Amino acid sequence: MLSPDIILAAVLNGLMNGAIYALIALGLTLVYGVLHIINFAHGATLTAAMFVVFIAFTVFGIDPFVMIPAMALGFFGVGYALQRFVVGPAAQGSDNNVLLITLGLSIMIENGLLAVFHSDTRSIDVPYGFSSFDLGFTFLSVPKVAGFGVSLAVALVLWVILIRTDTGKAIRAVARERMGAELAGIDVEHIFAVTFGLGAATVAIAACLLMPTFYVSPRIGNAFVLVAFTIVVLGGMGSIPGAVTGALIVGIIESVSGLFLDESLGQLGIFILFILVLLLRPTGLFGART
Amino acid sequence: MADPLLSVEGLVAGYGGVPILRGIDISVGAGEVVAVLGANGVGKTTLNKALSGLVKASAGRILFNGADLTEASPGAIVEAGLIHVPEGRKILPNMTIRENLELGSYRRAKAHRKQNIERMFTIFPRLRERAHQLAGTLSGGEQQMLAIGRGLMAEPSLLILDEPSLGLSPLLVEEMFDLITQIAADGLACLLVEQNVVQSLEIAARAYVLENGAVTMSGSAKDLKSNPDLEKAYLGI
Repeated sequence: MLSPDIILAAVLNGLMNGAIYALIALGLTLVYGVLHIINFAHGATLTAAMFVVFIAFTVFGIDPFVMIPAMALGFFGVGYALQRFVVGPAAQGSDNNVLLITLGLSIMIENGLLAVFHSDTRSIDVPYGFSSFDLGFTFLSVPKVAGFGVSLAVALVLWVILIRTDTGKAIRAVARERMGAELAGIDVEHIFAVTFGLGAATVAIAACLLMPTFYVSPRIGNAFVLVAFTIVVLGGMGSIPGAVTGALIVGIIESVSGLFLDESLGQLGIFILFILVLLLRPTGLFGART
Repeated sequence: MADPLLSVEGLVAGYGGVPILRGIDISVGAGEVVAVLGANGVGKTTLNKALSGLVKASAGRILFNGADLTEASPGAIVEAGLIHVPEGRKILPNMTIRENLELGSYRRAKAHRKQNIERMFTIFPRLRERAHQLAGTLSGGEQQMLAIGRGLMAEPSLLILDEPSLGLSPLLVEEMFDLITQIAADGLACLLVEQNVVQSLEIAARAYVLENGAVTMSGSAKDLKSNPDLEKAYLGI
């Protein structure tokens, strides 16, 4: 039997990973909730953002945490422009086309990165990479704790935007009642692009939080998005609180099942959970029942 | 005579190249209540969608308040003060009553949002009681009130009401028409698009009768009421 200290340490570690998963899942669930499509380019966007952080650090010496505001703004702009000028017009109003276009985008981004960086894994060496807080029974990595804090803060900001601002209300309006929103004077194409931009901004922030303790390779994003997808289904498609709760649960399950099963089998727990959710509660924890 | 507030000239519109409206001329003067009557499927809703920019006109012109809105986007039309309260209400079911009203002033009259919400709560006291309830939980009549309230939040110059009495109990239909009379009494121009002939002619000054995408009768409400052809238009004889 494992000692409670070790399990508690695994839970804490899982929570910290889960917070980053939450950030990635937020973008996915937001775009799904509003545009009703799965953005297949989400993973590639994350990978691209991680490479930007990598280059900024290795070439210009800019710390990933310092990069957060610029990355969020820059990727918001990229996401906005992609939806407004590429995905939206090319889709011609068909959701199937959106799926194919985002899939195509992800293939282009990944292969572009492969051509330039090859399939090597790369990491950056920040001075605080191995510093940790001593809790007595375990150590917590400083960059991971910071990542946890930033993730939850971003989730909170996103939630406040959606609840309090006119743009956020317009996003929620378009998600459920497009014609009603349009007749209130809401520009649906603009709102779609804003939503896409927010999705890109959240993965860009996630990239800043991941790089100090993780590595990047041209296909890394999909590994995260696969987990994020499980989270979105677990929390309920389109639900923001669901994505955050689901992510923390998945982070803990991954970490604890890694403890019992073996490090490399940790993700097994996630997918067992995924199948169970689909069997028992297909709308997810916070999903609307239809 | 001064230029009318809304003037529609030779409007042709439809879906996928099939014209539903085949050259429509109507006008609404400032502060006037005008009814557009017709049975199901004659093009009433298409007319409203064309007026609010959801369906593009393939020919003809829409002039509103001196501006040409024929090619305008739905947002620009809202900004101009032409507000469409759609058939089926199209309220935002996942948002509270207050949020629905707030979004009514997303594009126009934002500065007066607070006092206008207060005004809506005075006109529709039941909405005040339920201000923090999700709009999807309201009854049909309450949803209709909310849809009208959301339209009024933009301080419209012209309010298009598409079938406001549809699906309501006879008692609520009475109440709805009383409400529209009350709103119009404040000087707001209304284009009332209805199947309910008798009550619409009670409150409208003038009316148009639509058949097969064209205006077949028009005139003062009083004249139309006593016109035996009106019944024929409805029964399609």
